[in-house]
Amino acid sequence: MSFTPVAALAGGALIGLSASALLVLNGRVAGISSIVGGLVLPRPRELAWKVAFIAGLLAGGLVLAWRWPAVIAPQPAAIPGVLVAVAGLLVGFGTQLGGGCTSGHGVCGLAQGSRRSLLAVVTFMATGGLAAFFVRHVLPRLA
Amino acid sequence: MKSLALAFAAGVVFALGLGLSGMTNPDKVLAFLDVAGRWDPSLAFVMVGAIAVHAPAALWARRAERPLWAGAFLRSRRTAIDGALVAGAALFGLGWGAAGYCPGPAIVDLAAPSPSRVGFVLAMVAGILIHRLGSRFVGRPGTVATESSTSGARPV
Repeated sequence: MSFTPVAALAGGALIGLSASALLVLNGRVAGISSIVGGLVLPRPRELAWKVAFIAGLLAGGLVLAWRWPAVIAPQPAAIPGVLVAVAGLLVGFGTQLGGGCTSGHGVCGLAQGSRRSLLAVVTFMATGGLAAFFVRHVLPRLA
Repeated sequence: MKSLALAFAAGVVFALGLGLSGMTNPDKVLAFLDVAGRWDPSLAFVMVGAIAVHAPAALWARRAERPLWAGAFLRSRRTAIDGALVAGAALFGLGWGAAGYCPGPAIVDLAAPSPSRVGFVLAMVAGILIHRLGSRFVGRPGTVATESSTSGARPV
């Protein structure tokens, strides 16, 4: 993949803008794992805005698919289905146990100077690197 | 009501940001995490852009009495730096690095579904359920991301 610093910064700025609006106006944190987690066995009081936000994510996705399909088009499955399922389980379970993900800890937590989030980010970046290395460089040689 | 409309609009902008930055493409995420491959630092720039823009609002919210359109901030009651934080982050990272998906892009990419994408999200929901039910069984309130509405609470 080619390095795209300007698009990355600009896209990141949009993410930051979204999180800022949600926090300043609604007083809610744009932590996707907590928003999705809140839909599973939900607390009724917080359900409406979480559903609205998720609907917005999907609507935004539809805009991407319609106007810039290249950024969202599915690629041929690079890893076997079992590994995809295991990865999903780990992401679902781990984000709830750890209390956040790349948006909750990585953007919102770091932006407010949270040491908890810093520790979380360092940890998931490290294990993320390990898993990526394993899947891309070790697994193909074992098969 | 305007708060719901704002939440929806925030979701749309968030998704557009993910798309513009390339984070909706798991290969681009993996190109960052896989430092041994042809390394692409773009993901770091996404974080920098997001944090730089969000920091003023986040720092304001730390001391503000209440948000502009709601009665109070919704803050996690989890403040401890504990084993659950580290273990959870470690497990999340493993899943993220294996498939190149974290929750946000996984949801957005459902707009262009594939068996792999749907499978990931279903598995993610299953993982969330397992944690929810496991927490109730174990009965450790400190490990459940309970929510409280305490305005002005200082984050850790």
